[in-house]
Amino acid sequence: MSSIIETQRVAPTSFLESLKKILRENIRDYGMYIALFVIMVIFTVTTEGKFITSRNIVNLVNQSGYIAVLAVGMTLVIVIRHIDLSIGFLGGFLGAVAAIAMVQWHLPVYIVIPLTLAFGVVAGLITGFLVAQMEIPSFVASLAGWLIYRGAILVVTESTGTIIIPDKAFNAIGNGFIPDIPGITFLPEVHKLTLILGLVAIVLLVFNQLNSRRKKQAYNFDVLPANLFVIKMAFMAALIGGVTWVLAGYQGLSWTAVVVLIVVIVYDFIASRTVLGRHIYAVGGNPEAAELSGISVKKIIYVVFGSMGMLSALSGILYASRLQSATTTAGNLWELDAIAAAYVGGVSAAGGVGKVVGSIIGALVMMSLTSGMNLMGIGISYQYITRGAVLAAAVIFDVATRNRGK
Amino acid sequence: MATCLLEMRNITKTFPGVKALNNVSFEVVEGEIHCLVGENGAGKSTLMKVLSGVYPHGEYTGEILFAGKEQRFRSIRDSEKAGIAIIYQELALVPEMTVHENIFLGNEIKTGFLIDWNETVKRAGEALKEVRLDVTPEAKVKDLGVGKQQLVEIAKALSRDVKLLILDEPTAALNEDDSKNLLDLLRGLKDRGVTCVLISHKLKEVIEIADKVTVLRDGQTICTLDAHKGEVSENALIKHMVGREIDNIYPKRERRISDEVVLEVKNWSAYSPLLGRTILKDVNFNIKKGEIIGIAGLMGSGRTELALSIFGNPDGYKVQGEITVKGKKKQFRHPKDAIDVGVAYVTEDRKGDGLILIQDVKQNITLANLRGISARGILNENAEVKVANEVKTSLNIKTPSIEQKVSNLSGGNQQKVSLGKWLFAGPDVLILDEPTRGIDVGAKYEIYTIMNRLVEQGMSIIMISSELPEILGMSDRVYIVASGKVAGELPIEEATQEKIMHMATN
Repeated sequence: MSSIIETQRVAPTSFLESLKKILRENIRDYGMYIALFVIMVIFTVTTEGKFITSRNIVNLVNQSGYIAVLAVGMTLVIVIRHIDLSIGFLGGFLGAVAAIAMVQWHLPVYIVIPLTLAFGVVAGLITGFLVAQMEIPSFVASLAGWLIYRGAILVVTESTGTIIIPDKAFNAIGNGFIPDIPGITFLPEVHKLTLILGLVAIVLLVFNQLNSRRKKQAYNFDVLPANLFVIKMAFMAALIGGVTWVLAGYQGLSWTAVVVLIVVIVYDFIASRTVLGRHIYAVGGNPEAAELSGISVKKIIYVVFGSMGMLSALSGILYASRLQSATTTAGNLWELDAIAAAYVGGVSAAGGVGKVVGSIIGALVMMSLTSGMNLMGIGISYQYITRGAVLAAAVIFDVATRNRGK
Repeated sequence: MATCLLEMRNITKTFPGVKALNNVSFEVVEGEIHCLVGENGAGKSTLMKVLSGVYPHGEYTGEILFAGKEQRFRSIRDSEKAGIAIIYQELALVPEMTVHENIFLGNEIKTGFLIDWNETVKRAGEALKEVRLDVTPEAKVKDLGVGKQQLVEIAKALSRDVKLLILDEPTAALNEDDSKNLLDLLRGLKDRGVTCVLISHKLKEVIEIADKVTVLRDGQTICTLDAHKGEVSENALIKHMVGREIDNIYPKRERRISDEVVLEVKNWSAYSPLLGRTILKDVNFNIKKGEIIGIAGLMGSGRTELALSIFGNPDGYKVQGEITVKGKKKQFRHPKDAIDVGVAYVTEDRKGDGLILIQDVKQNITLANLRGISARGILNENAEVKVANEVKTSLNIKTPSIEQKVSNLSGGNQQKVSLGKWLFAGPDVLILDEPTRGIDVGAKYEIYTIMNRLVEQGMSIIMISSELPEILGMSDRVYIVASGKVAGELPIEEATQEKIMHMATN
């Protein structure tokens, strides 16, 4: 076996050949990005450029933020072979709780947000208790939650109906943008802080990738050929740069985008770089083996469901803030959108496989479809059918490529 | 001369890398009770799976003659239709269904499209009378004990007009009374003309009931003995079952056993709520620093349960007794507690609960000791790569890279990854459950060499194994487990395959 590897290393491969090989071996990882890219290009063409305008992209991000954070939590839930159906109405309910805390209890926003998140954790831990301790199937345990929180929303909004939220700071989360640096006259139409943050992100990315490449080389690992590495870097830099430019051309980075970015970065770090993350994927990959390796499967179930509850609360906050009110219908079908996003993003129902970043891309794919079809004036009925077909296609693609490239 | 009911000629069945059956011939005469004996892995179950069509025609070579005709069974359905019924160790009844529903499951009595329940209940009652089982056909199977469930299975087979009844270890899970009842029943069936093949580890009952005994060893027929000619005795059976010389495949080791007892287990009992019976009773054993003890015993004797119940009891048995590690009494509530004080367990089923197959070599190796490659909960991936490469080199794991998925490795190399995981965790006591199951001779030798190296470094190893040569070749002391109890302890100088077999089968 080792001789094969050596010949591969020594043999001079042409640029195109190695590009093909890399694409073939990593088609699962790159597939979603390619799909997102293709969808965006198609909609840009069919809407005569309306899709890719700054304003539309910013709206798309702000509208899909609450599903994106749910998809992040759901990724880990599915990775440990469970499901949580309660998250939609839990989010809706906690959004209403946040509204009531501000409007009726007159609590300041900086207390309301942590309080709501804490409620979310508690709710998640209750589901976790049913699953881990009582050994109730998560489908059933969370279905019970689904019913209960749905009723709870109706209870708390019964007397008032929709609760209008007057707090400006709270509402800025779903509608506002980060401030610009004052006093710079250079590029008047562009949001400078956003641009700077984008540049910083590109620099950090390149630095990080170079660093990890150097370390891998020090261990004599296979790394991408230099030319492909440069292309990959250029591609990623162009992507970040492009998005930054588009965002900066409108009002800059929205607070929703900031929240989603923080959640993704934190969760991706936990999932891929910490002991906790390793334990989560081990439990998903083989719970018996994990248990015998000294990992408490119950503890992991608590942690994952607790985090899911917290993200449901965050989702409810984002939604209530976006609408500047808590409504009786908040939460309807969010859980299924999150599950769809996770599956489109490459999570495996068999457990142990799935990336946080993938689910975010999945959420973006699904939201791009909605946004693009809305712009094209396609009726809601065909939108559902199209999204269903894309979900099925994504999972078929995932299953078909699962055992390739080894 | 009596007619042959079943003749299996020159049956050969290969699995990737292993010849499970090599040119096996097996003849059963009509109306006799024919026992099939052999060590674990001798090929008894495989032979019965060939016969019943679990391995369809074409997956093996050789021919099967049944009731005078050549048969090419493609599924269990085919063999059932021909009149062969197999009753496995794990019962194939639906616990939530009633006795009569189970007896006629897949063979329903119908009038038109509808099931005739009255007739079903009536005929089930008759079938139950035949097996002398006194329960109502309306009872649910889950409410019956294991012994009664077994009788229901036999009733089910009889209801189908069976010509050949095969029982795979029927008494393994039964107490003495139930076993005796079952054997009486088999005699009764024989008088009625039912032919019976009985696979059993319990030589006493084999001697008691068999007309003929066929011995298999290493996938080959060794001999068929006739009880009526006085050929069947315990000594004869054991001699034929064991038969082989200890191959010289066990590397030598310098014995450096200290007097320090690292692990001692006293009066250890366990009750399984799931099975509803006591699986371990008053087990006592100890192991010294630098020692390898072998735990021998037949499958189902409680060896693995013993290991698991000590190792943090993940299966939730009700345990009683005392564990002392390096002179201190310990209680393990979770495998983690055992690992923390230096006790590790390498499972017998590396694919089922040992490795995470979808993860790579590196992640599997570090899983049990992530603390060793992290600071404040954050992994140091470079340290992980370094550790994994060291383990790979030290255990000679053959893989193109440590980033290869474990599912792509061969059995022997998977086992090395399993071992490597615990080497990195650095335990004082390593429990190895069937450490060389399903791996080839070369890889076995390597595993033995690693074991020797570890004990020379002061580790203690508890080796559970079904392979007697391995037990004798590697251990310093041998404990024999039978029916959840320690049936004996032998220093290696006194241990022989025959002695161990005697203790394990009584």
